[in-house]
Amino acid sequence: MRENKDNLAVARRAALGPYGLWALLFILVPLAFVAYYAFTDNDFHFTTANIARFFTATSVVDGAVTHTYLLIFWRSLKLALISTLVCFLMGYPIAYILSRAPLRLQKVLITLIMIPMWMNFLIRTYAWMTILQDTGILNGLLRALHLKPVHIIGTEGAVVIGMVYDYFPYMILPIYSIMAKMDRKLEEAARDLGCNSFGVLRRVIFPLSLPGVISGITMVLIPSISTFYISQKLGNGKFYLIGDAIEGQYVANNLHFAAAIAFILMVILLIAMALMQRYANSKAAV
Amino acid sequence: MRKIIELKNVSKSFDGQKVLDNVSLDIYDNEFLTLLGPSGCGKTTTLRIIAGFEQPDEGQLFFLGEDIVALPPHKRNVNTVFQRYALFPHLNVFENIAFPLREKKAPQDEVRGKVEEMLRLVALTGFEKRSVTSLSGGQQQRVAIARALISHPKVLLLDEPLAALDLKLRKDMQQELKNIQKATGITFVFVTHDQEEALSMSDTVVVMSEGRIQQIGTPIDIYNEPKNAFVADFIGESNIVNGVMLRDRLVRFSGRDFPCVDEGFGKNEQVDVVIRPEDVDIVPEDRGALRGTVTGVTFLGVHYEIIVDIAGFKWMIQTTDFVDVDEHIGLSIDPDAIHIMKKSEYSGMFGDYSSFSNEFDELSDAESEADE
Repeated sequence: MRENKDNLAVARRAALGPYGLWALLFILVPLAFVAYYAFTDNDFHFTTANIARFFTATSVVDGAVTHTYLLIFWRSLKLALISTLVCFLMGYPIAYILSRAPLRLQKVLITLIMIPMWMNFLIRTYAWMTILQDTGILNGLLRALHLKPVHIIGTEGAVVIGMVYDYFPYMILPIYSIMAKMDRKLEEAARDLGCNSFGVLRRVIFPLSLPGVISGITMVLIPSISTFYISQKLGNGKFYLIGDAIEGQYVANNLHFAAAIAFILMVILLIAMALMQRYANSKAAV
Repeated sequence: MRKIIELKNVSKSFDGQKVLDNVSLDIYDNEFLTLLGPSGCGKTTTLRIIAGFEQPDEGQLFFLGEDIVALPPHKRNVNTVFQRYALFPHLNVFENIAFPLREKKAPQDEVRGKVEEMLRLVALTGFEKRSVTSLSGGQQQRVAIARALISHPKVLLLDEPLAALDLKLRKDMQQELKNIQKATGITFVFVTHDQEEALSMSDTVVVMSEGRIQQIGTPIDIYNEPKNAFVADFIGESNIVNGVMLRDRLVRFSGRDFPCVDEGFGKNEQVDVVIRPEDVDIVPEDRGALRGTVTGVTFLGVHYEIIVDIAGFKWMIQTTDFVDVDEHIGLSIDPDAIHIMKKSEYSGMFGDYSSFSNEFDELSDAESEADE
């Protein structure tokens, strides 16, 4: 009996082996390299200069001296937060409606939501360029309707649209999957105990969907904070984001500073995620 | 007694399938009323219409004389104990029970006092901070009852609340529910497919089948005076044979004339005759009004259940005397053990034990009405 149990435990550990190896080679080793590069100079001597440069480098923007990378970081954070908020406000009701639709319709709609994800990210971004340009599809449509054309391309709005479009499914899917599993009797119980529709949403559906909301937010916020390319194409390169900065340094063969920016971003995101998880747990424990 | 709820000619269909067919029912103050019937008979739908989760296609629903069909569930003065309790997993025991009071924004002192009172009622004092997911089935059940009772509804609706509990716990909870009903004076409307549960707990039993009410009465009435073959078969075991009412107090069945206590049938009217298995006495073959051959014997602890072939019709008899398979025995039946029913659409469908099997019986009314 006892031996069997021990054998089982060994077998379990052995089964984890391939995954462990994979994680080591493709997650831990690269992370270690990022940290190693971040804290070394070109001759691979230890230095904190790269980290310090992120916080202290200045440049002149619109005639005023600013901290270059802190400004870029702030801009990335702002656009990412706006995109995440838009995704949440649009995605939450859609996820709810989706989870209450007839099962066959649910499958069709989920597929429709996922289809854009099968297309290449660059192609999707180019498609939005075609739509949003001053002479693009959107303005063509507005003109055909005798409405005033709008200037979107090259604004922060265009960057947000691009981010929302690219990351929207990542918001819907985790919220949808948790709502689809939710026991419908709980809603009936809440109504039975005196809640109107809004009360049911506020006191039962939302708190129970919180884990889905947290992972939706995480899955949208993190890629949109570190995105590049969208801002270059839809923002006409006017809104240099932290991802663009990393890419720029990397392309300029400035590997150590690129690693330092990536490292700082990672630490900030880890702290943010830990705080969010803590908030979710404290909510769940009430 | 004051009438609290009145259903008047209520009908309801799902996807073209009639689930309730012209149901009329009065529910009175301080009564323990049970809706009893097999899966798909419409008992849960009736409950959900009273709660407000379903709208009747036709008919009216009155609450203290006022038509409440259009009233949403949260405005009705009834509360429900759900089949699998439907406790809120993100709230602890205290907050689950306090849920309706929080909605009314009751002051904290009042909430605390009332929740404590409810916890005492269901014997869960000290469980306030526990997570509902860590509770046993019986404890979750108690939380669900406390939560449903805390706003003192006029009527408590219970949807197969004991179905998920094991036998021993179920018996205890039956007693406890009965006590809670007496202590609070709240009307209970209880849904079950378990006839024993219905008989032991209720003041009034409503037997339903195929969306229609078959009989309403006290447990004793329902058992002793079933209205048709369905009720006779569903409530306990019954031998149901074809008979002819020769005149008042005399019936012919199985080729013999028997004195009985029923009157008021037409001369030579075709009837269904019900004889309960425990009302048949086994006597030596030559002294019996009926004679037959034993084809099966099952020992059930308190008694034996034997199947007897009488002229091709299999009877069930419960007896404490041992008889063996293939033995020839005589049966004697007292006049007051014979119950006469008018012929109905259910005649000939029940009451013959030729294909009898315990397991089959349990299989067919196990698992609850998930799709109802």
